[in-house]
Amino acid sequence: MTNPYVIHPATIIEKVWEAEDINTYRLQLVDERARQQFRFKAGQFNMVYLFGVGEVAISIVSDPDEPEFLNHTIRAVGRVTKAIAELQPGDVLGIRGPFGQGWPLEEARGRNVVIVTGGLGCAPVVGAIEYLFKRREQYGSIKILHGVKTPHDLLYRERFDQWRRAPDTEVLLASDQPDKTWNYHIGVVTELFEEVAIDPMKSIALMCGPEIMMRLGVPILMRRGIPASTIYVSLERHMECGIGLCGHCQMGPYFLCKDGPVMRYDRVAQWLGRTGV
Amino acid sequence: MAIASETCGILPSAHLQRLLDTLSAKGYRIVGPIVRDGSVVWDTVRSVSDLPIGWRDQQEPGRYRLEQTGSQEVFGVVHGAQSLKQFVFAPREPLLQIERSKDGFATRPTLPQSEKVAIIGARACDLAGLTIQDRIFLNDAYRDPYYASRREGLFVIAVNCTRALSTCFCASMETGPRAKHGFDLVLTEVDDSLLIEAGSEAGRDLLSNLCLSTGSEQLSAEAARRIEACAQSQVRRLDHSRLPQALYDAHEHPRWDELAGRCLACTNCTMVCPTCFCHTVEETPDLSHQQSTHTRLWDSCFTQEHGYIHGKNVRPTIKDRYRMWLTHKLASWIDQFGTSGCVGCGRCITWCPVGIDVTEELSALLTQDGRSSGTPQQMESS
Amino acid sequence: MAKLEAPRKRPRLAVIKFASCDGCQLSILNLEEDLLALGEALDIAYFPEASSAMNAGPYDIALVEGSITTAEDAHRILSVRQQAKVLITIGACATAGGIQALRNWADVESFKRAVYPNPEYIQSLSTSTPISEHVRVDFELWGCPIDKGQLLRVMTDLVGGVQPRVPADSVCLECKRQGHVCVLVAKGLPCLGPVTRTGCGAICPSMGRDCYGCFGPSEGARKGPGLPPNTTSLARHFHDELQLIPVEVLRRFRGINGAVDPFRNESTVWENKG
Repeated sequence: MTNPYVIHPATIIEKVWEAEDINTYRLQLVDERARQQFRFKAGQFNMVYLFGVGEVAISIVSDPDEPEFLNHTIRAVGRVTKAIAELQPGDVLGIRGPFGQGWPLEEARGRNVVIVTGGLGCAPVVGAIEYLFKRREQYGSIKILHGVKTPHDLLYRERFDQWRRAPDTEVLLASDQPDKTWNYHIGVVTELFEEVAIDPMKSIALMCGPEIMMRLGVPILMRRGIPASTIYVSLERHMECGIGLCGHCQMGPYFLCKDGPVMRYDRVAQWLGRTGV
Repeated sequence: MAIASETCGILPSAHLQRLLDTLSAKGYRIVGPIVRDGSVVWDTVRSVSDLPIGWRDQQEPGRYRLEQTGSQEVFGVVHGAQSLKQFVFAPREPLLQIERSKDGFATRPTLPQSEKVAIIGARACDLAGLTIQDRIFLNDAYRDPYYASRREGLFVIAVNCTRALSTCFCASMETGPRAKHGFDLVLTEVDDSLLIEAGSEAGRDLLSNLCLSTGSEQLSAEAARRIEACAQSQVRRLDHSRLPQALYDAHEHPRWDELAGRCLACTNCTMVCPTCFCHTVEETPDLSHQQSTHTRLWDSCFTQEHGYIHGKNVRPTIKDRYRMWLTHKLASWIDQFGTSGCVGCGRCITWCPVGIDVTEELSALLTQDGRSSGTPQQMESS
Repeated sequence: MAKLEAPRKRPRLAVIKFASCDGCQLSILNLEEDLLALGEALDIAYFPEASSAMNAGPYDIALVEGSITTAEDAHRILSVRQQAKVLITIGACATAGGIQALRNWADVESFKRAVYPNPEYIQSLSTSTPISEHVRVDFELWGCPIDKGQLLRVMTDLVGGVQPRVPADSVCLECKRQGHVCVLVAKGLPCLGPVTRTGCGAICPSMGRDCYGCFGPSEGARKGPGLPPNTTSLARHFHDELQLIPVEVLRRFRGINGAVDPFRNESTVWENKG
């Protein structure tokens, strides 16, 4: 019987600075067998462990077709992630995973993809976007709508520029507290919906960011004719075990660690926005 | 007419020691209810005299008292605060020992030794709780090897209830008072006799070793009558007919605010609940940071950390936490596991320090104006 | 909180006493073999209770025991803060004002006259206050005395460069994990466990005694409405169901941590009912 709690050491191959307090860690499992067996889907997460401190759930942002390297973008906000921020290439973290349900990238094949992201929470969707662009010909139009509070919060600026140059692709940015350098929309991300043409029955929407953004954004998408069953949202709750046993990550009847973190909107509609859920 | 001896027999209560001796001879450590500190707790039983002979428990919301009746009744105490949960889902379970090594670190699982434990005195509600925990820890997407190891060695001797506490409502949850499945043996105490029935191969095997006098239809009928009377005498009930949706719909009910004024968020209800499974992991390194222990602890949806996500708490208030608990227990559990998370044992009512009664709260929450439809006694007479 | 640098040298530790009984310092000495490990991991530079070697600051970690009850101490704590990278209060006195904060409700001058033949020699403030009312505190350890295991955990985290953490849950959580029979429900004792912070290992209930709140309020001292600890409900239960008279309810809350907000407010409520 496999023990789902066993942690595998993984070396930090590279540490890439993304923004203040945010780094992407490129990890490689130390054990060769574990490395060869490790397979994941875009949008799944690992429990990342730091010796003597503990574990945190972090989504895998690298390409599932290159599973020998595992990229995790980690913001130093809590006890474990702050201690991880002190580490350098050559240091060792632990990995337990992969867990959860990722983005429906298979289902999205042949369709237009609308990606709506907000704030600093966009790391989980970056992996999906890169996945789409590596297989660009398999998808219809791609529209990326990204909102930040201040221009300072815009991570992956170069990548947004790169994506914008791809064929049949639109990238729209919004900031509600802009400075003089901001050349894009002023306001919140949901206002960007007005600026894009959406073919509702041919599109699939992926959303990642604060819950408030989804609560306000989804009804607009639905008014544009996109069915709730083709809107996917990435949700966040406290996760400790990753395997649906510890009870912390519940949202209504779901355990987000095993039923999510990516959920089809119509399944969670009645829970989003309820206080204390 | 005699009943087939391989599945049923009669043991005079005075000879109960024979059962214990047979279990010991088969290598079981016997665990039963022991009177301690004004209640009963599970502990090792060597002799029948260790069992709470003549004692009975009186339970009310927020209150538990034992009294000695002077009788020879062995199983007069219905239950204490502990269900069977601790035997399989341990309150403190070391999961991993992690040591620094040339690869960074090496993890060694610290699986518990599977121990042959025979538990005598489990109630129907306890068995129902165990079945639910089996479903969660053994038959979900992942199988928990620590739980599995502890579960493997258990031999369960249940006792059918012939006396209901004021806090019992297993009849309405359809989990008791008769133990239906999940036991190896089940006893019904009828005056100075114990009717024994087997519920598993291991139970039948043990029964045949005991060479008991065969059961009589008369005694079986009397046992059945007493169990039925026990069901009938329950004053509390929980109406789950409209669950889960009715409780989902009650999310904004004013009763939650009123409840939050009484609830202590102390976690007692979740600790004594036979089905609550929330846990957390404690990481304990040594001072030199060469070794670290990864230990699972019972946790509760009433703690501050439970709803914590980086920098905020999705359930900061007592109201949020109580609503989470009750809604999960009675409603979303059904969606998750196909069964209610409540087995009707009433422990959360008794062991709530301020005596919050789930049956009363649910009934109030499913009423439009938020007032309880009445006290349990009134409900019974209406 | 302030973070220790990656430890090239062993961090320097100071243990400093204010108004207290020394019990928390004794908890450090009671670490036994772990004390030796602590002595290896840290440079114990200043600890008069244990050693006559008293080395001057600055210190990486200062453990502060005791409350502020004199003008001199109110001044001294400022210099301790200046010399310490990380300042940790140890115990109810330093963290909450301690049992001596009962003076905050009384006339200290009359105490002096009753106890001392020459009360004019006693220079004492009319209040006992926690360290946090005087200087910034990086971490607080509760308890009367502190739990040595918690202290060791915090030291281990600091040595490892990790933000320390101790649980803030109720005593009940640990009491039930350990399988003790609830003294409130089974004996009717006015146990403060449901509103008291864990950390002691549920010592009193394990001995059949009711918790008297020496680890302070669960989930910390400064709380908003609707958050634990719900002292109101527990106090009402003590009065209505356990038949405590108002002054007895008041005394439950006005004890070792009586000067801390949720407990202080609750005792004040019952003052007015008496």
